[in-house]
Amino acid sequence: MPEPDRTRVPLTGWGRYPRRDCDVAAPTDPAAAAVARAPARPLIARGNGRSYGDASFGPGLTVDMRRLGRLIAFDEATGELTCEAGALLSEIVAVFTPRGWFPPVTPGTKFVTVGGMVASDVHGKNHHGAGSFCDHVLSVRLALGDGTILTCSQAENADLFAATCGGMGLTGTLLTVTFRLIPVRSSKIRQETVRAPDLAAAIDIFEAGAAHTYSVAWIDCLASGANLGRSVIIFGEHAEPQDLDPAERATPFARPAPRGKRVPVDFPTVALNRLSVSLFNQVYYRLQKPGRKVVDIDPYFYPLDAIQDWNRIYGRHGFVQYQCVLPLETSRDGLTALLTEIARVGQASFLAVLKRLGRESFGYLSFPREGYTLALDFPANAETFALLDRLDRIVAEAGGRLYLAKDARMRAPMLRAGYPRLEQFHAVRRRYGLDGRFRSALSDRLEI
Amino acid sequence: MTPKSVLILGARSDIGRAVARRFAESGASVTLAARRAEALADDLADLRIRYKVAAEAVEFDATDGGAERFFDGLSALPDVVVMVVGLLGDQAQSEADLDAANAVMAANYTGPACYLLAAARRMGTRGSGCIVGISSVAGDRGRQSNFVYGSAKAGFTAFLAGLRNRLFKKGVTVVTVKPGFVATAMTAGMKLPPALTAQPSEVGNAIFTAVTKGRDVIYVRPIWRLIMTVIRSVPEPVFKRLSM
Repeated sequence: MPEPDRTRVPLTGWGRYPRRDCDVAAPTDPAAAAVARAPARPLIARGNGRSYGDASFGPGLTVDMRRLGRLIAFDEATGELTCEAGALLSEIVAVFTPRGWFPPVTPGTKFVTVGGMVASDVHGKNHHGAGSFCDHVLSVRLALGDGTILTCSQAENADLFAATCGGMGLTGTLLTVTFRLIPVRSSKIRQETVRAPDLAAAIDIFEAGAAHTYSVAWIDCLASGANLGRSVIIFGEHAEPQDLDPAERATPFARPAPRGKRVPVDFPTVALNRLSVSLFNQVYYRLQKPGRKVVDIDPYFYPLDAIQDWNRIYGRHGFVQYQCVLPLETSRDGLTALLTEIARVGQASFLAVLKRLGRESFGYLSFPREGYTLALDFPANAETFALLDRLDRIVAEAGGRLYLAKDARMRAPMLRAGYPRLEQFHAVRRRYGLDGRFRSALSDRLEI
Repeated sequence: MTPKSVLILGARSDIGRAVARRFAESGASVTLAARRAEALADDLADLRIRYKVAAEAVEFDATDGGAERFFDGLSALPDVVVMVVGLLGDQAQSEADLDAANAVMAANYTGPACYLLAAARRMGTRGSGCIVGISSVAGDRGRQSNFVYGSAKAGFTAFLAGLRNRLFKKGVTVVTVKPGFVATAMTAGMKLPPALTAQPSEVGNAIFTAVTKGRDVIYVRPIWRLIMTVIRSVPEPVFKRLSM
């Protein structure tokens, strides 16, 4: 089998920082993906480029998996789906929601590939109850880069499975993923919105609301003093047909016509400043009226997907996303310290997200653990990087960790402090001969 | 027309896959034809799962001279036949190696044209159907950078025009498709201007619309019609001096 065509192109993650010229192959044949390997050059698979930092491209050959996105098997009785790793979640939602099936876990964008969902072990608004995506993965087929293809699951090559789930593509190229969809009775979400005037109230509302299937909070991270941690918490349940308007009950799976706006050009870097973001946050806080309503899955799960290329609003220098999780016992103090520091500096971050996470996942490098996660965007500049170094210290002191799928800038000691199972991950890579064979810009930076 | 069945000749290509999906989305049953048809199982499963349509795969090689046998072997003559086969080749290599030149000409003209002649006779007899040929803007004028490929496509374009004329009174339509640049495996590694480059799904959509609306010649991105009009209008004494 000849090497697939490849070309050198500048690549970034969703944050558009950092940028790197990469050799890219885009195989159309899984056999080519399985063996894709330039002599003596390491590999990394890339999905739809929705991880924010530098996880999806590498110093060797970057393998674009989007042409390998076929749905291969579906069991109408159990919801068990096998698809190629390059399949987009958006397509799975479009195909299966009208048939009464929904992804068991969905991140905040549906423009991710299933392979990327496994590699990042993504979590959603239901993590406190449902766990992360890989908790619903029955098995994967993984190409080890030397022609070997292994099936991995909790029962088969379980060590490699645990390293692969959340392993950022550093244990091989995912070819197929088998996971179970969950049954739903409509394409709507019954949503309940609650305002929290400060952080303590927000945490109390999360703890009291643990029985809700979905929960997430938008937190105004420019609010300070008595307003510190001011949030809007949004709970959600899959709606039953009787929850819908009488006119809609006969067609519970009807979807609104796709709408979409696009950010046509890079915003000037000055467009997002303390004033504009603060205004936006205040307006947003007031627009989220407390109460209940029934909404389509798109605005509930994927509000930003309605604006194509929204990452351009941070301008051509790009942005970084900072997502940490703090253990439950240190969450209140740690979050207070983080929010205080962010509000003090006043760096623009809008639509910061706060969420209660459930138990730790089995993946060695999986991000979620019991506690609270906070996610924020910042323009990529020196001021931000200095701020994030200070936030790192607060997170490390609280015993927390950062999410690799978002990260573009932490350094190796911070990774080691947050991921105690890193040594097991290294051991698996050595055992299967994967160290050095799979490398990304992220793994080089973090000395993985 | 609303096609009930479509045959994709060259189904493994990015455009072939996109066309198959678009027709399947409309409910048409799909026959995928390509070399190593047994390796199309995952593509068939994908079409069946996504669109709940019937899908089958048949062995096909555009340059094997076996068109009559191929169409006789089909379980039914489809409503629409889409010829996607093409080979870009490498101009320098074609000039140095005549076998390479011959392969490009066969894959872009003689092979596809013979298969479509066989399809056309059967559709003409039936008195209905639609034939779609993927030609190229490269066939609109010969240029030094790709004239082996371009001339074969020019031949194919002329063939489709004549076929359209021939079949008009028999109730069979013929669509000539000139995609312009398309982001596919065939063009991977080329620096293509985004505004002039269509995604395979756009080509699939454009072909489906052309078939259902009975169009004759389509450029997938309209800008290409303008570009090629300009390129065609340059007088030959000038054109021959240009480096294009």
